[in-house]
Amino acid sequence: MRFMTAAAIGLLAASTFLAPAAAPAQTPRDTVVMAKAIDDIISLDPAEAFEFSGVEAVANIYDKLINVDPKDPNKLVPELAESWSVAADGVTFTFRIRSGAKFHSGNPLTAHDAAYSLQRAVTINKSPGFILTQFGLNKDNAAQRIRATDDATLVVEVGKPFAPTFFYYCLTAAVASVVDSKVVKANEKDGDWGNAWLKQNSAGSGAYSLRTWRANEQYALEANPNWMKGAPKNRRVVVRHVPEPASQRLQLEKGDIDFARNLSKDQIAAVRNDPNIVVESSRKGYILYLGLNQRNQNLARPEVREALKWLVDYEGLEKNLLDGVYVQHQSFLPQGFPGAIEDKPYRLDVAKAKELLAKAGLPNGFSVTMDVRTTAPIADVAQALQATWAQAGIRLELLPGDGRQTLTKYRARNHDIFIGSWGPDYFDPHTNAQTFGMNEDNGDNAASKTLAWRNAWNIPEMTKAISGAVLERDPAKRVATYEATQREHQKVSPFVIMFQQIEVAARRRNANGFALGIMSDMNSFAAITKN
Amino acid sequence: MNLARTTRLLGREVAAVAVTFLGLLLVTFFIGRVVPIDPVLAAVGDRAPAEVYERVKVELGLHLPLHEQFWIYLRKVAAGDLGQSVLTSNPVLVDIGRVFPATLELATLGTIIGVSLGVPAGVLAAVHRGTWIDQAVRVVGLFGFSVPVFWLGLVGLLVFYRVLGVVGGPGRLGVAFDDIVDPITGVILLDAALRGEWEVFRNAFSHLILPASVLGYFSLAYVSRMTRSFMLEQLRQEYVTTARVKGLPERRVVWRHALGNAMVPLITVIALSYANLLEGSVLTETVFAWPGLGRYITNSLLNADMNAVLGGTLVVGAVFIGLNMLADILYRLVDPRAR
Repeated sequence: MRFMTAAAIGLLAASTFLAPAAAPAQTPRDTVVMAKAIDDIISLDPAEAFEFSGVEAVANIYDKLINVDPKDPNKLVPELAESWSVAADGVTFTFRIRSGAKFHSGNPLTAHDAAYSLQRAVTINKSPGFILTQFGLNKDNAAQRIRATDDATLVVEVGKPFAPTFFYYCLTAAVASVVDSKVVKANEKDGDWGNAWLKQNSAGSGAYSLRTWRANEQYALEANPNWMKGAPKNRRVVVRHVPEPASQRLQLEKGDIDFARNLSKDQIAAVRNDPNIVVESSRKGYILYLGLNQRNQNLARPEVREALKWLVDYEGLEKNLLDGVYVQHQSFLPQGFPGAIEDKPYRLDVAKAKELLAKAGLPNGFSVTMDVRTTAPIADVAQALQATWAQAGIRLELLPGDGRQTLTKYRARNHDIFIGSWGPDYFDPHTNAQTFGMNEDNGDNAASKTLAWRNAWNIPEMTKAISGAVLERDPAKRVATYEATQREHQKVSPFVIMFQQIEVAARRRNANGFALGIMSDMNSFAAITKN
Repeated sequence: MNLARTTRLLGREVAAVAVTFLGLLLVTFFIGRVVPIDPVLAAVGDRAPAEVYERVKVELGLHLPLHEQFWIYLRKVAAGDLGQSVLTSNPVLVDIGRVFPATLELATLGTIIGVSLGVPAGVLAAVHRGTWIDQAVRVVGLFGFSVPVFWLGLVGLLVFYRVLGVVGGPGRLGVAFDDIVDPITGVILLDAALRGEWEVFRNAFSHLILPASVLGYFSLAYVSRMTRSFMLEQLRQEYVTTARVKGLPERRVVWRHALGNAMVPLITVIALSYANLLEGSVLTETVFAWPGLGRYITNSLLNADMNAVLGGTLVVGAVFIGLNMLADILYRLVDPRAR
């Protein structure tokens, strides 16, 4: 009994000791606190970061030469470059760097830094490196083709007369951020261009500098009072890794965080009723689709491909499973991209699908498997499809797996059907056109393994049309090519494109000004205020 | 003579530990290589072009035959280098130096809670066998066995954090208390106390107490069941009857004599349950956004980040072996026959 009494007294003492410590559940006025799953961050080096969260952080630390107008994504706006032009030869681009910009270190930002940054990204050529190397730049010619002719002039010579808009849009990607060459050079090790150091530190000129970074735990940003666009409206941003959405919700309701970034559909619905919480949303570039492997004899029949497009209850899924997090979308360019189309030719029509299956010689349907990662809402959508397809006699077996596991199988072309999402790599129509519509070599050892390749879809003609579009110098004609290709793609492709993602950020009512864009690198913290 | 024997025994012990570690590494290594996950993906992501993919594959040494990869890894470990984690870009040792103290803090307080409540509860249940007290302890224990930790954690947060507001939320510290205390040991409570930062200490404690109680509850469920059965065993022994006949107060008979003897097997039980918690509790760590060892290993495994997984496995192995040794020593102290 004595033990019990002692324990009870102990607990009581502990709770009185605790009470005042836990009471002030308010975040500091000048600090913005976000809860987000940030375990996808591999690197904070702008030449290497390529995941959602990493790119978002990089975009708030570094500046680029030019950027997309957040109000009109079809328009380019100056950032570090105050003007730019292309010579008559179509390959020589000149950028005039604005004067007076400074890095966080206090070093002045010049064209030499810009040249160094692009050379660096091309030379170390990490995951996003191809966004620049696709213009014929590589580690051997970088020094000669990317150069600063004086402190204010950057010249880049690309390999072919590409569509100028294509090159400009690629320069808005995080990989083309400008780094402080003096600081990075000082932290170089074994010719790594400072990569090891820059993974975990920052050397930029953007709205914030990186204050702390602990993988799988949190990162903190410190406002840059000398930012070229004016000091951010808050002093510090802390992004904490909170993997469990339910925990994020509790923290937001309690007021311990200002933003919850990963709430599920049900949680969003629940917090909408809280007067202290506002839900913001914005269309993201991510597309939810099915990939039908053309090595499967049944899926290779054109009628079967079409039938499956009639066998999706687009409306029902949106309403019942995806409300507020996905919207219907049936073409490979996400809404908000240059060249995107609104056409939605398909709806649920079981009779039509049956007809098509009969035409394909499969009046009784067939059996097929689908690799499904076991996360919401993908797993739920897959189950709904299973039920719908059964009505047409298609026996769908779901093979659950972890994200990396299903992806490994998909990349090796060992799937029948893959359900997943795809996001654009950079803000230009070519990114999705290329992956969904180009397959230069359908062999197992192809150099370019696009999504079309992963599904073994052999399409020499569409490949040619799309590779022509990147050389089209007339922007209007270029857009027309993408529109036409998408309409053809909708008809014949082995991709059942179903939905476009909506990014949702729930916030405390007093935390205003977070800008969400279609790409992760358009998400900006600088205007967030708390009152 | 005696010295030679001690040396021989010690040598045997060391050899046994070495073989255990080797086996542990071997199994983990090959499991990691047979799981159908591509480790290069963790390093470069899904969208890397083929050339980058191939280059990184070579950089990671994954193009070599399996046995060669293992041999290279072993040589590095022998030199004290656990390699680098692909996911965090840190040396694995640095990562573990950060996540292990977080788990240690949680598991230690969890075990203290579990033992300080579980042992008395088990004793009471045994003494009052068949009464409502026994039933109550049983129900509490059963609940602990059957309720998912995930659910218990979320409900705990809802009640004590959201509604009552008596504890801190997910995470190890409130934002305002971040980066005040320079780490010495990595165990925030200890560091804050050593530096005399009592505000930080209180905040850290308020964040720690709920997840520790959740873990402690599971430990309590187990420890109380085991204590009860060990006590029943002891209470049947003749020496207990003798003590009672001699007129010793019942309290002394139960808490000193019977529990003293039940302590011997109980030490092993407690050590094992502590070791279990030290492995890291993935679900608890997820709900409470606790950057601990369990989540580190699991996340690494799901991304086939094998250096991190192997490093984590070594730590877990060391914890088990260490606690076993500790239990042996305690055992000898408590039980005169084992001396």
